[in-house]
Amino acid sequence: MEPFKPVESIVTPLDKVNVDTDQIVPKQFLKLVQKTGFGKFLFYNWRYDENENEKDDFVLNDSKFDGSQILVAGDNFGCGSSREHAVWALQDYGFAVIIAPSFADIFFSNCFKNGILPISLEQKIVEKLQLDVNSMKIDLENQNIITSSETIPFEIDPHKKRILLEGLDDIAQTLQFEKKISEFEKNSKVPSVL
Amino acid sequence: MNIVEKILARASGKSSLAPDDVVFANVDKVMVHDVSGPGVLKVFDKLKKQGISVDKLWDPTKVWVAEDHFVPSAEKMSAENIVKLSNFTKNYGIEKHFKYGMGQYGICHTLSHEEAMVMPGDVYVGGDSHTNTTGALGAFACGLGHTDIAYVLLHGKIWFKVPETDFFKLNGKLPDHVMAKDLILKIIGDIGTDGGNYRTMQFGGTGIEEMSVESRLTLCNMTTEAGAKNGIVEADQKVVDYLTSRGATNARLFKGDDDAEYANMYEYEASEMEPIVAKPFSPENVAVVREAPSVELDKSYIGSCTGAKYEDLEAAAKVLKGRQVKIRTEILPASISIYKRAMENGLLSIFLDSGVTVGPPTCGACCGAHMGVLAKDEICISTTNRNFPGRMGHVESQTYLSSPMVAAASAVTGKITDPRDL
Repeated sequence: MEPFKPVESIVTPLDKVNVDTDQIVPKQFLKLVQKTGFGKFLFYNWRYDENENEKDDFVLNDSKFDGSQILVAGDNFGCGSSREHAVWALQDYGFAVIIAPSFADIFFSNCFKNGILPISLEQKIVEKLQLDVNSMKIDLENQNIITSSETIPFEIDPHKKRILLEGLDDIAQTLQFEKKISEFEKNSKVPSVL
Repeated sequence: MNIVEKILARASGKSSLAPDDVVFANVDKVMVHDVSGPGVLKVFDKLKKQGISVDKLWDPTKVWVAEDHFVPSAEKMSAENIVKLSNFTKNYGIEKHFKYGMGQYGICHTLSHEEAMVMPGDVYVGGDSHTNTTGALGAFACGLGHTDIAYVLLHGKIWFKVPETDFFKLNGKLPDHVMAKDLILKIIGDIGTDGGNYRTMQFGGTGIEEMSVESRLTLCNMTTEAGAKNGIVEADQKVVDYLTSRGATNARLFKGDDDAEYANMYEYEASEMEPIVAKPFSPENVAVVREAPSVELDKSYIGSCTGAKYEDLEAAAKVLKGRQVKIRTEILPASISIYKRAMENGLLSIFLDSGVTVGPPTCGACCGAHMGVLAKDEICISTTNRNFPGRMGHVESQTYLSSPMVAAASAVTGKITDPRDL
């Protein structure tokens, strides 16, 4: 996994709550097993009409937001299925940071496995950020969001922060302790067969 | 400790645990299906490129594989994924692969109990969000993303933060015509689709003790829709007998301590429960069936891990017996074993006589994949678990979630109908 780099970008506001994984990447694309390219299916039903023409009223189709790496959405983002394709699609599209008042559990966890930073902030602040479409900086090292007018601190589990900053995926990270794990296993009284 | 804390303590070699503790737990069983399997292979490819060996799984005897989302293959990409899955199980020596067209197969969360794949007290993870279902057997069962499943396949362990547990107590037996699906929709309506985020939803009380194992499976299945980490019911003799009758030799009771602690207690009186639907486009958008909008339905769908267990089919048959359906109605038993029992006990005749089409086990139209998806503007009543926009087909179709009895009664009238009013 690539280490997380500081992000400076305009914000894409997605003023919707309970954005579920069926909306993030619809089921018909789950069959695809190529490594990349899920970005073009991101929010497919919101982005395209039946003839695959872009819908003018959807935020991703507004050229003003081209190149944005920060998505700001409503409560309970990523609810629904466990499909990791949802994170792959957001990442492939170009998003590196997702800000919302809360996230669904499996989605939240999948973000860290793929180098995306999910930030949960109070509702009030999220609403404010959705209106402030100017460029802002995300400083993960110091846990700050720096907008043109203020600096907003955010919380992150120190362990998860390290994963992102060092670009360690869970497997690589656990393997750093392989020796200790083997030792533990040797001495463990937990039955390995149930 | 409550049952979840006890299971995770056992699996991580700790003597005691409390919510928010982080543990590295041994996994007892892991499942992948025809969507998560190919997804995991993708993660394996990435690991291989990083020089990490993926030649061997930690223990192929603890891994099992289902073909459910895209079978029978409607087009070549789905067919190719099934070939990939077969190569995967062959290459890694996984024997428990339930294949379409070769005897017992079906929806993964149904096979987990029908085939007694998971025992009380187990830590069971699957590459699907409704893995929560199997918590009804008294196991810690939860869904994981592809990367996490890949890790478990290689190492047999995974990190967990011990969740806080909310206890949902049901007093008394549910009335006739009110099913577990009605209760869980009521609960989701009360706490919302994020009401259980990273929490355990545990069910107990006299109403749950009275309940069949299959009804408990329905409750735990839908905890996913409340955002819960997992759902669980302590295993009692009913669970042990259920698993033993399906060939298990090591099913045993596993309970929490008497002084177990819970973060929140919710209480429900069974006698006050009524048939309920969740209106489009969220499982929390609930209404009592008798107060539901009077819409003209196009279709009734009785299928999926939520609503096509044997008991669900039996309930639908009770309503459909001697009646005719007025709208397109499909019933897809969730596994071949259920299909066979339905045939032996005359349920299939009741369905076919009433005009229903009976299909093969598949996730099919529940996830809008194939086999009966909805057209634009069509309205469906369904025993499934999600009704997000486009979930069952066209993005401008609508789905009402209900119990099998309500779906069957509505099939007869063409409108959302309380089975007590037929």
